[in-house]
Amino acid sequence: MNTIDKTTDEVLRLAAEHFKVQRDQLSPGDDFFKKLGINSLQALDLLTRIEQHFQIELPDYELQGVSDFRTLAQRIQSRL
Amino acid sequence: MNIFQGETLSWHVLDGTIELTLDRAPCNEIGRATLADLEKFIAALPALQRDANALIINSTRKEGFCAGADLRETYRVAQPLPKDERLAGLRDFLERIHHVMNTLDEAPLTSIAAVHGVTFGGGFELALACDLIIADKMTRFCFPELRLGLIPGFGGIPRLKRDLGNAVVRDLLLTGRSINAAKAQSVGLVSQVTAEGDALRVARSTAAQLKKFDRGTAVAAKKFIKPIPYDELRREIEIFCDLFMRPAVDASLRKFVESTDALPYLP
Repeated sequence: MNTIDKTTDEVLRLAAEHFKVQRDQLSPGDDFFKKLGINSLQALDLLTRIEQHFQIELPDYELQGVSDFRTLAQRIQSRL
Repeated sequence: MNIFQGETLSWHVLDGTIELTLDRAPCNEIGRATLADLEKFIAALPALQRDANALIINSTRKEGFCAGADLRETYRVAQPLPKDERLAGLRDFLERIHHVMNTLDEAPLTSIAAVHGVTFGGGFELALACDLIIADKMTRFCFPELRLGLIPGFGGIPRLKRDLGNAVVRDLLLTGRSINAAKAQSVGLVSQVTAEGDALRVARSTAAQLKKFDRGTAVAAKKFIKPIPYDELRREIEIFCDLFMRPAVDASLRKFVESTDALPYLP
């Protein structure tokens, strides 16, 4: 079972890899919309990659109001 | 007309397969221009079918297959009109798009939706009118209409009910949540999931397989297997029109159109 730190780290790595930013430029508290410069469609793309990576289902309404990596990791953690 | 290039889509026939390609920025939203091009396609279909036994519908837009109805256009067109003209315009649009979807649904050839990315609302409904859905693993399917106080209006509910168990239909409609390709395959919606960017190639390979079969038998099998739920499709138009005229929908549409939120679909 992943710890929240490990889950957060995996989310940051996934985001960095897919949106072509350096991993060390991303922090758990960052607003991923601003930091990655992504729109709602790209956020859905990230959601799909997260579901595939963690092999979970994460309904998009659970992400309502979520904009930082740490909270996103908490939502993922609750499905693992 | 074996080759056509329209404002929002194009088609050509190659080796017995018609390829209809959606290409309207940002994500193939279906408004008046797309509807007009789709009507040209179904008018040409009887002639195209003489040289083809399969149809593939796909998209060139990197964001996805189709994000559904063009809500911004819908709002812009409807908003200044008096109530009776607004309703008449809406009903005319729905009747026309239903005619397109029904014609595709019952066409005497095997149709394949090769989808990727955003396949929402009317885009999902277009895929449901096809016989097979082949989805890139990054595809997301969603009926977000309840978030706006509406139901799907292009034939989505009757077709979803035809193809899936009612519990799945309720989950998708009543929560308005999106599901990925793997989930869609697990509930029986998607026939094949492909690697990223590979849906069209797999659809072409599937179309090539279909050519090996007797055309008449395939048409008879389709007619037997895939009934068109005409009565429910008619009811859907009525329910949609009733809901659309409520002030709450007007407010939701305005909020959506004016929104700069990152996730405007989410209430």
